[in-house]
Parts: sequence; C-alpha cells; structure tokens
Amino acid sequence: MSFLSGLLPARFRPRGLVCQEVVEMVTDYLEGALSPADRRRFEIHLADCPHCTEYLAQIRETIRLAGGVTPEDLTPQMRTDLADLYHRWRVEG
Amino acid sequence: MTDVTARPALLPSGYDDASADVGGTLPAMDADAVLLRRLRDGDGQAFAELVERYHLSMLGLALSFVPSRAVAEEVVQDTWLAMLRGLDRFEERSSLRTWLFTILVNRARTTGVREARTVPVADAGPVVDASRFGPSGAWTVPPEHWVEEAEDRVDAVKLSELLRVGLDSLPARQREVVLLRDVESLSSAEVCEVLSISEGNQRVLLHRGRSKLRQVLETELGGGAR
Repeated sequence: MSFLSGLLPARFRPRGLVCQEVVEMVTDYLEGALSPADRRRFEIHLADCPHCTEYLAQIRETIRLAGGVTPEDLTPQMRTDLADLYHRWRVEG
Repeated sequence: MTDVTARPALLPSGYDDASADVGGTLPAMDADAVLLRRLRDGDGQAFAELVERYHLSMLGLALSFVPSRAVAEEVVQDTWLAMLRGLDRFEERSSLRTWLFTILVNRARTTGVREARTVPVADAGPVVDASRFGPSGAWTVPPEHWVEEAEDRVDAVKLSELLRVGLDSLPARQREVVLLRDVESLSSAEVCEVLSISEGNQRVLLHRGRSKLRQVLETELGGGAR
C-alpha cells in the first residue's frame, strides 16, 4: 500500500515513538500523566533524540520564563480606588 | 525593574518533574495564610499587600471573559468586595488566592458574554507545524537552540513583554490556564477548581498554550526558523 510505503524505512522506526508524537506528549509527561509504559517509551526516545531533548528543554524554559512575567505596576488611581473600597467596607461592616 | 517584594519568585529552579508543581505553590500559600490572618484582624495594610500581589493578575484573567477593560476592572473590584464580605465565612478549604481567583472567574463568567460551560478543547491540530516533520514523523526542521542564550540575547524586560504579548494572543481558555498555572504558579488541582474544568481538559489547554508560547520564543530567539 502506497500509504505505508511512504511511512516506512522500517529500520528507522523501531517500536518506539516518533518525534511528532513526542511533542504532543510533552505536557502529559511533565504533568506525570503518562502511563508507565508511555513514560518509558517517551524517555527512550529522548535518550536517542537531541531535537526532542531540545524541544523539552525549551518547553521547560518557556514555563520558567512565564513564571517571571510580571504585570505592569498598579496605577495610583487603582490604589486609591481600592483603598476607598476597603474603607467603604469597613464602614459598612 | 523587577519588583521582588510584590511578587515573590514562586518557581525555584524549574519543573523537573510533576512534583515540582506542588513545591512551587507552597511559599505563596504560606504568605497568603499570613495575609488572611492579618485581614481578619482588620489590618488594612494586609489588604493593600494583597492588592499589590493579585490585582493586575486578576485584571488580566478577567479580561479573558469580558469584552472590555472597564468591565474587567468592575469585575475585579466586585471580587475584592466579595472577598472582604466573605472573610468570616471563608473556611480555608482552599488557599486564599484560589478562593480569590474562583470568585473572580464566577463573577466574570456571569458578567461576560461567554457562556459558562463552553466546550474548552477549542482548536485542534498538531501543536508543532506538521511541515517541520518528515513522512516518518522525525524532525526535518528541528527546534533551534536558544534556551541558555535567551536571557543573554534579550533583556528581562523585553522577554517579559514578549511573553505578555504571546499570552495575550492565546485563545481565551488556553490563556486562562497558562496564566494561572505558569504565571501565577497555581497547582493543576487549583486551576481545575478555579475554572471548574477537569484535569484532562486542563492538560489539553495547558499543552496548547505552552506550545504556542514556546513557538513565540523560538520565532524571536531561535534565529528565525519558521
């Protein structure tokens, strides 16, 4: 079948995962949501694939950098509004 | 100008495995527990500190549900008032910030145009463009290396800005999850509670959101592939 012959060179495809599958499993891997068998297949692939190892490192770095995102500063107006809100609540209570 | 006092660094050394998410969450919860006690003692300064820490985060999250900044600000103000009014009844089964974000999301949902129970798993398709893989599923255009260089090549302010824009460009459901998980460092259980979604949905949304953010960084820092 032409579809399969396009997919093969079987010797490059041991029963393991391919890169395209690995990138879809990265979050489940990091979240500890893979089955033990899938986790093993994932790690076996990584051990052999510098590109997917790089990809995983980039996802980790993305997470780390996202953790450093700081919102802009509060405006003086916001601080005033919220201080007013607090005082209104104190009075009402 | 990173304001360390207002937002303590919540992620210690990075997510090495699934358990890291629990470790990353604890310091903020402890700090919040102290603030809660002070709030209940009528300490106005504690309220001010809470506002410094969460007001803009809540505003960012609210914007994901409502059509305008003005409405979002209203929702966040309502949330603060609801928190103050609920202080006596709050049973601390969740952390203060989880409670706060939950009030916010509930209010934003009732205010917002979006239906509360829209199906979350919006866009389908692969998270990395299929054209980057050959027929066997192996990389043909692999990710370019940028990880260690990111902070050398681009200063922290620019990087933060880049991620901010990237976050804003995510579909709403993905943005909500990534904001709470990765920016605010809530645990997955907390995120599920705040947004009333299942663990599975949370992971799908997180996966898509993070993958897109990575692509944003690669495009900017990776020397131009794609």
